[in-house]
Amino acid sequence: MVNRAFVLKIVSALILFGAWEIAGRIPVSLAFPTFLESMSALFSMAADGTLWLAYAETLQPLVVGIAISAVLGIAIGLWVGLNDFFDWLFSPIFIVMQAAPLAALIPLLVLAYGIGLTSKVLVVCIMAMPVIVLNTAGAVRNTPESMKEMGRAYLATDLAIVLKIVIPAASPVIFAGLRLGISAGFIGAILAELKITPTGVGDIITYSRSIADYPSMYAAIFSIILLAVLFLNLLEKTETVLFKGNQRGYVSD
Amino acid sequence: MAMSQTKMAVAEADGVLESAVSTRNISKNYGEVEALRDLSLEFPRGQLTSLLGPSGCGKTTLLKIIAGLLEPTSGEVEVNGSKVTGPGPDRAFVFQDFALLPWASVIRNVSFGLEMRGVAKSEREAIAERYIREVGLAGFEHAYPHELSGGMRQRVGLARALSVDSQVLLMDEPFSAVDEQTRRKFQEDLLGLVQNENKTFIFVTHSIEEAVYVSDQIAILLPRPSRVSEIIRPSGFRNKGVDNIRRDPEYLDIVDEIWASLRTYVE
Repeated sequence: MVNRAFVLKIVSALILFGAWEIAGRIPVSLAFPTFLESMSALFSMAADGTLWLAYAETLQPLVVGIAISAVLGIAIGLWVGLNDFFDWLFSPIFIVMQAAPLAALIPLLVLAYGIGLTSKVLVVCIMAMPVIVLNTAGAVRNTPESMKEMGRAYLATDLAIVLKIVIPAASPVIFAGLRLGISAGFIGAILAELKITPTGVGDIITYSRSIADYPSMYAAIFSIILLAVLFLNLLEKTETVLFKGNQRGYVSD
Repeated sequence: MAMSQTKMAVAEADGVLESAVSTRNISKNYGEVEALRDLSLEFPRGQLTSLLGPSGCGKTTLLKIIAGLLEPTSGEVEVNGSKVTGPGPDRAFVFQDFALLPWASVIRNVSFGLEMRGVAKSEREAIAERYIREVGLAGFEHAYPHELSGGMRQRVGLARALSVDSQVLLMDEPFSAVDEQTRRKFQEDLLGLVQNENKTFIFVTHSIEEAVYVSDQIAILLPRPSRVSEIIRPSGFRNKGVDNIRRDPEYLDIVDEIWASLRTYVE
């Protein structure tokens, strides 16, 4: 019974891959390889090292961008949520960032920061940060009033109220924001490699497409999705370990 | 019980009871709305005073002003002779909605107040364990709030308030969110606490029966703006035992009398 969720995940993956295999065999398009072809391309890329070299390249802007977005995003979100002035100052920036069509901004970023790592990190940040900031700020603002009052009544300092009450209370929504932000960051990293300079995984995708090596192209796409899913699962585990009682909602429910 | 009788005898001999908490000329406005006007009230030491009144009469506002959680617009509160400027170690609060931290176990919730006072972990957990046992939750130290019933959650809230060992216990409709049977048990337990703990209790309630059952002194507040209309001190049935209070003629008379004076304010 404990592993029912796990079994369901496996079953749904099998159905998806089965459908992929069938669609590839029909084939729905000449540019659509079967699942097995893609997997063998993936293994050969892994075996000859291209895949690892590509990830060494791609992970740089991704990891740096996500780390900046998470740390800075949560910090700014806390600030914005706790203080009306910073709300007024910062909220519009992140709302605009979230709404702006990023692909259209990339030429501007390249103009300002060149085609190096800086631009790519910025693309990841622009994708990942707004939702982290806005979620954190919203969650902080919605901390149940009676919990904060309880903190004050039992002589908690302002800092202790933030650390011991506001952040744990906001953590489910902060983590939801992190999940959304990090998946957007993955999109940003690949987008940067497709739009700025083809490096890493983006290069595999572009190059394989240009020489009609579709199995390799799909293998690269599949691998990045797999990485994102694994990473999000890890994040979920972290949350469960950190805030055990939060899983079942609040006392006042 | 003997002690309580002595206390009463001394008090009656003096004619005046020593106050643990006094509120003087408290007014509180929320913008245009006048919640409290010029309210003065004395809370005798070691006794339980109820603030009773229809909803919207400002009784919770008054309690939060005493707690230091709200600033009065004018007037002042004194606890043990010193002026209240904010929350202090001499007062502990029991919340209507329990205000427990859902991510923290019972023992961490109960020791929260001690943690904020800088008590070392081993010491505060020892104290918390004692009060968890005292409120009847032994064995639930490591449970989370969502695993407890409403009544048990409020016991956690009560243990948290007792563990900081404050002189004054402020209770904001503490039993209104628990079921009827649990409430009766709580009321009986509360009488025991008042007797044994030698603390001053200030108890907000909207239930007339509850107020008369548990109180040494009942302050009836009337709304818009709120003022004290009457102070009632039930005395005759307090020492007759918890089982006999509800059929004591004085108890019944006071309940009726209070209802008669409140009914016109209830729409």
